[in-house]
Amino acid sequence: MLKNRIIPCLDIKDGRTVKGVNFNHLKDAGDPIVLAKKYVDDHADELVFLDISASIEKRKTLVPLVKKIAKHINIPFTVGGGINELESAEEIIKSGADKICLNTAAVNTPTLINKIAQTFGRQAVVVAIDIKKTENQWFVYTYGGTKKTDLNPINWARKVENLGAGELLITAMDKDGTKEGFEVDYLKKISSQVNIPVIASGGAGKQVHFKQIFANTNVTGALAASVFHFEEIKIPQLKTYLKTEKIPIR
Amino acid sequence: MIAIINYNAGNTVSVQNALWRLNCESIVTNNPAEILNASKVILPGVGEASSAMRNLKQKGLDEIILRINQPFLGICLGLQLLCKNSEEGDTPGLGIFDTNVHIFPALRKVPHVGWNSIKKQPVKFLSNIESEDDFYFVHSFYASICEHTIAESNYILPFSAVLKNENYHATQFHPEKSGSTGEQLLKNFLEL
Repeated sequence: MLKNRIIPCLDIKDGRTVKGVNFNHLKDAGDPIVLAKKYVDDHADELVFLDISASIEKRKTLVPLVKKIAKHINIPFTVGGGINELESAEEIIKSGADKICLNTAAVNTPTLINKIAQTFGRQAVVVAIDIKKTENQWFVYTYGGTKKTDLNPINWARKVENLGAGELLITAMDKDGTKEGFEVDYLKKISSQVNIPVIASGGAGKQVHFKQIFANTNVTGALAASVFHFEEIKIPQLKTYLKTEKIPIR
Repeated sequence: MIAIINYNAGNTVSVQNALWRLNCESIVTNNPAEILNASKVILPGVGEASSAMRNLKQKGLDEIILRINQPFLGICLGLQLLCKNSEEGDTPGLGIFDTNVHIFPALRKVPHVGWNSIKKQPVKFLSNIESEDDFYFVHSFYASICEHTIAESNYILPFSAVLKNENYHATQFHPEKSGSTGEQLLKNFLEL
């Protein structure tokens, strides 16, 4: 039976892991390889590395880091953050990343999805969609959630599926950081409208939130960052809990 | 020395890294002599079947693969290319496994992505692996179960997770990405 995936996300700045207490207050949290290995030992199912470095020189640290991760980590991992051309996607995949995560670049240059999918297969393309409800309507946001677009999330999800995306990573911005639980209702709706796997993100705070998203939707992955970093939720315990709740889990 | 066949359709880096973690030396090559002289051969694979087969043929590697007598491991698309025929691009395969490759019916989400368990037969290649152990799969096409199937998995329908015909072995999942269970399978292959 196919299992649901628990996916920790590591934010990377200048080759180091950072933990955000809030958006402007980033604390150095150490060597990404050490943290990633700990997650692998904890039975995380996949890892996502998000490069949040602002500098234009970022690739100088990102590519060597991806190579190092690929050498030491024996589960699939995705790399995202500022990848906006085929060449950089190619460099990162050839360094050993399994998947590339596109967000703003997918909105600005939708053909990039298609180009990466044709070169490396659609399983290599994860499109991240940040969504927020304003005036009773859902919209796609870009640039780290700072810019509202006029895109409807369901239409956009269908479009990126047609362009060759292999998976969707959907973050409900209003839930992100609240620890109130995932956006179950709308994620259920989006996931039922596409035929590719959907990963839910934003709002995880308790074990029961993971049960809610898996039991009530056909979402097959759930991503979280800080609750795992700060060990408010420990992955081994979370997995034991989900198994007792009859959620298919590894 | 293990040869990893390079035909521009593989995640050769991941396979080489996995062997490195097991302290095993490998070369990524499309040189027929290097492949035929290697102690073991791995055919990785990610991508589309017809273009992958075209790449193999262009380099004459299809015939080299058929001549190999040492332990051989095909991974993912590498498994599918060893079957008789694939629906993907209507591609004739190398016919080592007596089965065909079909696209999953769209009754659930496709591709099949994530960790799934296997139901195995008691063969040496799968020793120290339990039925119900999970492996990481990513694929839209599957090989039907046949006499060469030594482990099956189930997504939408039962399909071949591991195939074996004499010295030829193949996994639909990615052992190089399947954590410690995947490592065990690669160890088993190295010990053949």
